[in-house]
Amino acid sequence: MHLGVLTRAPWLAWGRPVLARLWGMLMVLGLVSVLVFVLTRLAAGDPVALLLGDQASLQDIAQARARYGLDAPIVEQYLRWLGEVLQGHLGQSIFLQMPVHQVLLDRVEPTLSLALLAVGVAMLIGVPSGLAAAVWRGRWIDQWVSTLAMLGASMPSFWMGLLLIQLLAVGLGWFPVSGYGAPDASWAQRLHHLLLPALVLGMLNSALITRFTRAAMLDILGEDYIRTARAKGLPEVRVILLHALRNALVPILTVLGLTLALMIGGAVVTETVFNLPGLGNLVVRAVLRRDYPVIQGALLAIAGVYVLINGVIDLLYLWVDPRVRHG
Amino acid sequence: MAEPQRWWRHLLARRMVLVAAILLGLLLLLTLVGPWFLPDPMALKVSQRLKPPSWAYLAGTDELGRDMASRLVLGARYSLAIGASTAVLAVLAGTVLGLLAGFFRRLDGPLMRLVDAMMAFPDILLGIALVAILGASPVNVVLALSLVYTPRVARVVRACALVIRSLPYVEAARAVGVRSPRLLRVHVLPNLMSPILVQLSFVFAYALLAEAGLSFLGVGVGADVPTWGTMVAASTPYAERAVWMLFFPGLAIVLSAWSLQVLGDGVRDLLDPRLRGAP
Repeated sequence: MHLGVLTRAPWLAWGRPVLARLWGMLMVLGLVSVLVFVLTRLAAGDPVALLLGDQASLQDIAQARARYGLDAPIVEQYLRWLGEVLQGHLGQSIFLQMPVHQVLLDRVEPTLSLALLAVGVAMLIGVPSGLAAAVWRGRWIDQWVSTLAMLGASMPSFWMGLLLIQLLAVGLGWFPVSGYGAPDASWAQRLHHLLLPALVLGMLNSALITRFTRAAMLDILGEDYIRTARAKGLPEVRVILLHALRNALVPILTVLGLTLALMIGGAVVTETVFNLPGLGNLVVRAVLRRDYPVIQGALLAIAGVYVLINGVIDLLYLWVDPRVRHG
Repeated sequence: MAEPQRWWRHLLARRMVLVAAILLGLLLLLTLVGPWFLPDPMALKVSQRLKPPSWAYLAGTDELGRDMASRLVLGARYSLAIGASTAVLAVLAGTVLGLLAGFFRRLDGPLMRLVDAMMAFPDILLGIALVAILGASPVNVVLALSLVYTPRVARVVRACALVIRSLPYVEAARAVGVRSPRLLRVHVLPNLMSPILVQLSFVFAYALLAEAGLSFLGVGVGADVPTWGTMVAASTPYAERAVWMLFFPGLAIVLSAWSLQVLGDGVRDLLDPRLRGAP
């Protein structure tokens, strides 16, 4: 019997939990698509009437509704839309007169660059402070780290953004006030435009990373092998950086991924403050213009990416931690 | 470790909670008695527009010459009312959903998938979409944000319910035939008070921040409702000339949200027996 367990192909141990997670992910994605569809369709106001203006006759409006497929039963509209989405067609923007996937792709670069830079900032703040809080647990440094992290989590990003714009961009002229530079700007100019928003977004979102790093380090510092390392006389710096931090990397990487996923959609306000042409900014404008296809596409993309990143993190955990696999 | 040092540590740990409690108390007091001695927040004095803070105008004046300090006190009423109502609604709905998922196996899967799906949307984005559907007004912002934060509460309550239902005395009560409604009311809900209180204060803080964000984006309570969020939003054209118009309403948001979260953390530490005695 034991032999059977030992010789069983390793993928058998993997198959079930991996399939279960993929299935769960698929269900969540399905629900996300239903939510997106229902949300955008419930929105009051008729995009066609808005588009055609008040000069349009009822007949014009009916024709336009038929052209955009807005006159069919709601379930049929959903299924038709889902079928299109699965083939990669997200429809046509009513206002921009462009395919939605093209509109989205145009906006991905600023959002992704901002999110990556901001995660970098958040990591530079969160990991060292979480580390310090764990090493000096309960001391003043721990108290101050948690107080400051809480303060960061209590600041409206637009408020901090507007204040820093006044101070560093308008006052001292270190940064551009807003925007993303000319269309043909070099990457250095782009970076210059992104630094201040990334600083704001990263600072305010570092609390999660701080907390995770502290918790992970506290877990590991209580392990036997740390005691062994100390007992054999290794210097404390070596114990903490080489033995403990290295083993805390997995949970830290997890929370970095999570933060990235949160930021891709959570940058809505920051993008608007700094007038960056990203996905969040696009959604806000689309909502104000009631441009359904764009709202649908953007919400679907943002929530979808969030679910996918979370799913990948889950699967990575499965791979890294055998306890999760067999539990 | 020496005893005085331990004692100091405890004091410091609780001092932040104390500071937070005092801040919130002061805020409530100001909201109640402020209108008695502060100038009329609606009085327009065009000759006094965009004045910096002074003894006459503690927080300066806005673009219409209105006293910012009185407007902040007025805004506290709206902002705190919106935050508190959102917190109460979201916690009520989240507790019901969490209990259903935690105690009825069949509902657990579907409910939690729905929670996962809703939490895949960033708070602010879901808020924007819901306010766009419902229309911009204070009541609708409360409804929209309650929907946004219900899944978060439901997830926490479900996790606690799963722990509680496997406790020996709950199993014993079930074994002697106590029915579900009584079981929930007498044995489970009292055990949930600590996480519920914590969620209440956290959702309050999140709602305060989210309302401000929505109002800033122009899909919030409506520009004519004087919340701290709309005040920050209204200050943007004057930010360069009258930075106090931007600074003070935002500071009010930061201090309230910080106090609420610190208080929530404090409640968690106080009521969690595992943490009792720890720093």
